Amino acid sequence: MSHLPLYAQIINLLAAALLLLSFAMLAQRRILSLINLFMAQGIVLCASTAVVAAATEQHHLYWSALITLVLKVFLLPWILHRLIRRLNVKWDIETLINIPATMMIGLMLVIFSFNLALPISELAGTITRSTLGIAMAAVMLAFLMMITRSKAVPQVIGFLAMENGLFFAATSATYGMPMVVELGIALDVLVGMIILGVFFFQIREQFDSLDIRHLEKLKED
Amino acid sequence: MEFLLGLPLLGGIVLAIFGHRNFAAEINSAFSLLTLIAAAALTVKIVADGPQLLFEEQFFVDPLNVFLVALTAFVGFTTSLFSRPYMRIEQAHGRLSAGRLRLYHSMYQLFTFTMLLALTTNNMGILWVAMEAATLTTVLLVSLYRTAASLEAAWKYFILCGVGIAQALFGTILLYFAAEKILGHEGVALLWTHLNEVKGQLEPRVLSLAFVFLLVGYGTKVGLVPLHNWLPDAHAEGPTPVSAVLSGLLLNVALYAVVRCKVLADGALHSNLASLLMMGFGLLSVVVASFFLSRQKDIKRLFGYSSIEHMGIITFAFGMGGPVASFAGLLHMTVHSLTKSAIFFAVGHAAQKCGSQLIENIRGLIKLSPTVGWGLMLGTLAILGMPPFGVFASEFLILTTAMKEQPWATPILLISLGVAFAAIFGKVQPMVFGEPAAKRLPHKPAMLPVFMHLALVLMLGLWIPPYLAEWYRQAAKLIG
Repeated sequence: MSHLPLYAQIINLLAAALLLLSFAMLAQRRILSLINLFMAQGIVLCASTAVVAAATEQHHLYWSALITLVLKVFLLPWILHRLIRRLNVKWDIETLINIPATMMIGLMLVIFSFNLALPISELAGTITRSTLGIAMAAVMLAFLMMITRSKAVPQVIGFLAMENGLFFAATSATYGMPMVVELGIALDVLVGMIILGVFFFQIREQFDSLDIRHLEKLKED
Repeated sequence: MEFLLGLPLLGGIVLAIFGHRNFAAEINSAFSLLTLIAAAALTVKIVADGPQLLFEEQFFVDPLNVFLVALTAFVGFTTSLFSRPYMRIEQAHGRLSAGRLRLYHSMYQLFTFTMLLALTTNNMGILWVAMEAATLTTVLLVSLYRTAASLEAAWKYFILCGVGIAQALFGTILLYFAAEKILGHEGVALLWTHLNEVKGQLEPRVLSLAFVFLLVGYGTKVGLVPLHNWLPDAHAEGPTPVSAVLSGLLLNVALYAVVRCKVLADGALHSNLASLLMMGFGLLSVVVASFFLSRQKDIKRLFGYSSIEHMGIITFAFGMGGPVASFAGLLHMTVHSLTKSAIFFAVGHAAQKCGSQLIENIRGLIKLSPTVGWGLMLGTLAILGMPPFGVFASEFLILTTAMKEQPWATPILLISLGVAFAAIFGKVQPMVFGEPAAKRLPHKPAMLPVFMHLALVLMLGLWIPPYLAEWYRQAAKLIG
């Protein structure tokens, strides 16, 4: 397989783009741009899965690329757009920690995940092994985003971005999970999103806002 | 087997259409009963023929999970019996509309389906999918009343368990990564039976990392401290039948997932990392939960914390390992889910009679309704580990094994159990025997499930039928 280095380079490039997008999401204040960034992440994910599929001739990966395309590039952003239009939430996002500080924490998380992933990626025989650290970093950054946002919609986008990172980890470490499992995961994500949509309306009906700081009444006293 | 999974799924669909009718509760019970019969048939078959692989190895039933399947189907059935009058009264009080009841009945069956799927699947990936689906089906049940508090509880439940379960997915990916080197890319690399055969060859470094992620992920659903925050809220704010199945069943199923992973990790690691982690998390949960108990004002929160405490004890027992401790852990799983769901049934009726879940508003149950009062009192005594109930037997076994193998942990456990006893008994005693503050309400409680459960727990404390003991022993051997 003489063409391997080229594929590996493309994958590395896409992985770098994924990480960049994760940081962009962390810094983004506007909900609409956040959804677009999430969509961009979906495109990168889909492209990298397709490239891995082409490089390794793992045909089931084409299917997972297709699922990613449908679910994460079209369906989920569409649902999110519809939701925020119906709920009329376009205002800017407030963060709990200011953005430069969040970025610094994010940087530390990236270093941490690279260190954690190093021994494992050495064991991997896949052409994508160097990207495992990036996948882990993307998961961590999405997690950070969930912690630092106070509105419900960005938290959910953080949750979906975390799933993106996990999916990327699965392709880069193992060339994807078995097909049944991947279908199951996609179904769970989709159903979860629909339930959350229902849920948003319930929250808004109750509190007239989607600020989850209203949801801090249940505490131990 | 087909019936076991097909019936609740069909029930979920049927009830999604008819769930708002008057007879929906009866349909719900009927489907649960049929599921129970299917589970019983499967159990008889497994006991007679030994472990079985079904449907191209995608499903696997052995003594360990068949006993949980039977337990799940049984508690699912009795809870549906309890929920019939309970939900009717809630509807009569105007807390629920017919549409929400439809949602409730449909989700109840689907929830049963996801749990049975999680228990019987052989595929670690599908196990993950089923656990996540179990969260999804119960989220809308927790927020069924649409009050501010219940929405908050459901949101917390969704986000915390979602994040937790994402960790478990990462753990599953790592597990697959370690396995595919030996088993190849084909579908078999996530099948537990195949993994179990080659567990000695799995790369230890990867597997230790995978186990940490899996334990944290599924541990969130078990309600282990410090990942327990969702549990008391979800138990307190959801309808009582949901609290009963969450406590009695979902926590067990999540713990089952941890145990399956531990078997693999133990085989691969040649060290006791998995045991130490489980013992640590278990002890921490027992201690923290029992000290939180005395501060609770809401009766359902109180028993939510008590569930965390008991899950901690069971996790600790499985962490110690060995035939006796695993046997005791399994026994404790059974008696805890029977007792705790019985308590929630009684608490549900008590709260309905007094119109409040706050402990200070529930007084003098014994005069208001002797059966509810005695049900709650006996259930409380049973869960606190008083002989002759089954909880005493399992806790006694766990403590004596701990004395032998992990002597340092025994005083911690004993003190926590003492604190829990003082806290819970001190709160329940005036609820049952105090001066009644509320008027009698006319409706008749459904006490049959409560006393059925308590009678079983009593029987398990006095005499474990030989075939059941044999079955536990086989399951304990599998866990190692």
